[in-house]
Amino acid sequence: MQYIDDYRNNTHIQTLARAINRKVAHEWNIMEICGGQTYAIARYRLEDLLPPEVRLLHGPGCPVCVTSEEVIDHALDIARHPEVILASFGDMMRVPGNETDLLHLKAQGADIRLLYSPLDAVELAAANPAREVVFFAVGFETTIPVHLAALQEARRRKMTNFSLLCSFFAVAPAMEMIVQQPDNRVDGFLAAGHVCAITGNAACRRLAARYKHPVIITGFEPVDLLYGLYRCICQLERNEAQVENAYKRAVPENGNTVAQALMNDALDTVGCKWRGIGYIPDSGFVLKAKYSAYDATGKFPFENTKHLTNTRCISGEIMKGKLCTADCHCFGTECTPEHPAGAPMVSAEGVCAAYYRYRQP
Amino acid sequence: MCLAVPGKIVSIDTSVPELKTAKVDFGGIVKHICVQWVDVQEGDYILAHAGMAISVLDEGEALQTLADFDAIARALESD
Repeated sequence: MQYIDDYRNNTHIQTLARAINRKVAHEWNIMEICGGQTYAIARYRLEDLLPPEVRLLHGPGCPVCVTSEEVIDHALDIARHPEVILASFGDMMRVPGNETDLLHLKAQGADIRLLYSPLDAVELAAANPAREVVFFAVGFETTIPVHLAALQEARRRKMTNFSLLCSFFAVAPAMEMIVQQPDNRVDGFLAAGHVCAITGNAACRRLAARYKHPVIITGFEPVDLLYGLYRCICQLERNEAQVENAYKRAVPENGNTVAQALMNDALDTVGCKWRGIGYIPDSGFVLKAKYSAYDATGKFPFENTKHLTNTRCISGEIMKGKLCTADCHCFGTECTPEHPAGAPMVSAEGVCAAYYRYRQP
Repeated sequence: MCLAVPGKIVSIDTSVPELKTAKVDFGGIVKHICVQWVDVQEGDYILAHAGMAISVLDEGEALQTLADFDAIARALESD
């Protein structure tokens, strides 16, 4: 396929792996941010091609994994309302809240649907005017504006039975939190190419300049990932800290300005809790008051009185680059994709699920 | 979650100006994708994410990147 085959080409993979091995002179820890990148690294076993000096750390860029238990509990509570159809992406169905997950609730009779796009939820609401359709809207900057496009379409059609339960995160504040840790191990970043396709590269430029780490905007195919690593290692060996775009075919410098305008119009920036990681200032978004008619938190208020039940999951420390899946006592025993104890074992792009499926811990 | 897939625009439907859609061919699988955020014509390649075209793929930049792989390969051989 055009724009895929070249970036899975074995000759290019071998060339870049040899170039990396030739270039490395020191030990480096490089973090890929996005869960989609983590998945591809595990699937194509790219770590096996790297010299022992290069260690990959797997970052927090899986929104399914970092959505807090409290928000999952809120979604479960909304889905229990008999008039509600709760819809979301398939990945959200098995993420454990404090007591259960959406798939178990669906098995008990709740009307919960899996959809490919938030835009499909608008059609679902149009087809079910007597029901309340709530889309459990989870995502980083790549996905957030798609949810907002659905909101605007519902508004254009003057629909009153469509709302979003938002769990929206910003990537750059999490990267900043990681490099600010006193025991930070990250030397360089592979930034999430599809987030940058929306936001543009300004946030990466600020981060590289302020914290003196190279940031390489990187794609998702195996050749893209090795190319990002090669350019990151070239900079690290030269003691440079620049932003480079290694995914120029998809990421223009200024991103997608239409999507940015949608976000600026509809969202306020807030601090929020990342599952396993904790509170990060200015790292989330909520709908502005002018869109309260489409905000499920107002339509279906919820007070969470439950306390966190699973404290054994170490995924937060893994996503901060401090531990790896081999450090987890539950991995592959108490926690498997069939019976996940922590969120990163659920989504295919969660680091634990990717390692469970394609690698030894 | 942030998966985005390249596809070729087959035809564009502008009958709803607020929500332009296109038939997009993903290696033989054709789906309707919203193209409201991108300036595209038939034959262009886009990246689709959750039903939305988020970016137009730039052929010139893609060729430049492939040329860079060849340059890296040549440099390895001449070392």
